[in-house]
Amino acid sequence: MASGVKPRVKVPKSAAAGEAITIKTLISHNMESGQRKDSDGNIIPRSIINRFTCDFNGQNVIDITLEPAISTNPYFEFEALVPEAGEFKFTWYDDDGDVYEDAKPIAIA
Amino acid sequence: MKNTMLRTAVAAAALLSAPAFADEDANLVINDEIEITVRAAAPAHMENVDEIFSGWVFRSDETQAMQVDDFDNPGMIWVEAGAETFASVDGSEGKSCASCHNSPEDLAGVKAVYPKWNEAAGEVRTIQMQVNDCRENRMGAEPWKIDSGDMLNMEALLASVSRGVPVNVAIDGPVQSTWEQGKEIYYTRFGQLELSCANCHEDNYGNMIRADHLSQGQINGFPTYRLKNAKLNGVQGRFKGCVRDTRAEPFSAGSPEFIALELYVASRGNGLSVEGPSVRN
Repeated sequence: MASGVKPRVKVPKSAAAGEAITIKTLISHNMESGQRKDSDGNIIPRSIINRFTCDFNGQNVIDITLEPAISTNPYFEFEALVPEAGEFKFTWYDDDGDVYEDAKPIAIA
Repeated sequence: MKNTMLRTAVAAAALLSAPAFADEDANLVINDEIEITVRAAAPAHMENVDEIFSGWVFRSDETQAMQVDDFDNPGMIWVEAGAETFASVDGSEGKSCASCHNSPEDLAGVKAVYPKWNEAAGEVRTIQMQVNDCRENRMGAEPWKIDSGDMLNMEALLASVSRGVPVNVAIDGPVQSTWEQGKEIYYTRFGQLELSCANCHEDNYGNMIRADHLSQGQINGFPTYRLKNAKLNGVQGRFKGCVRDTRAEPFSAGSPEFIALELYVASRGNGLSVEGPSVRN
């Protein structure tokens, strides 16, 4: 089911030490709820991203549980404090066991 | 004929008390670089309207904001998909779009002049018909259905590289009779509700029709990502929705009637920028 899944992340290239930056993430995913039926009346099995996490230099920034009511192509926007130069690591967990990852470095200006 | 200034002022005053706020004075700049003309003087052929507005003007602040940055515009997901298709080989000739056109950016400005006359075929062509002509005759590939997923992705890609270019559809010469036919359809009342396009989009833009804030029905922003169905929507599919809502039997996408109507409605937006893929509700 995991076709056409593509994570996207937008993080500023640099920030001042201690600055709160805005991070935007988007992953293209069907987010099949498990509530719908196909044309023959059979239930289409649930297939969603069930968890999203963001870590900065090994420290957790945000950990989100996603539920079936969340619509297709889930988008998150959140703020994070940047105490030092480092790397943001993003992870999406799919119902089918797949894990999608992306990472963005950030420098201190 | 009508005092548009007065009507706009009244509509704005009514909006202050309405729940669906829209910033009608806002300007649209995408990614801090592409300036979009969202209001312009009406083209000379429009007799009843002085100023034309992109549908973006009529949307709520939140919806407007989604179009300001490509990352926030969900329609760009399908533009990316279109770019992949652009570069992939299909059909018996072993060609992709890129084999002839190099990059999508080489086709910047193309979307702005469609629908237009094709001399060799002797017909008015929408950009979707032209894409299919390439697929069939140059690539030896199966044509896509009008407003199908692949087709809308490609149209969205072609629109995205033309953003900021003013719509400039020709209405004279060989296309004139088709244009007249489109105009005829625009002003013809259809369905049990006996509504023409003009009843809503010319006489009542800016007003509410139940929960919807009526726009001028401009198509410069197509293909459009609609929040209601979370996917790209084509012009002729949208026409179908409108005609259906008048409780009439709609023409089908790709029919001569809708090709004529697309030409006419596109010409009503001459002067606005190409904006697709836009975000609407």
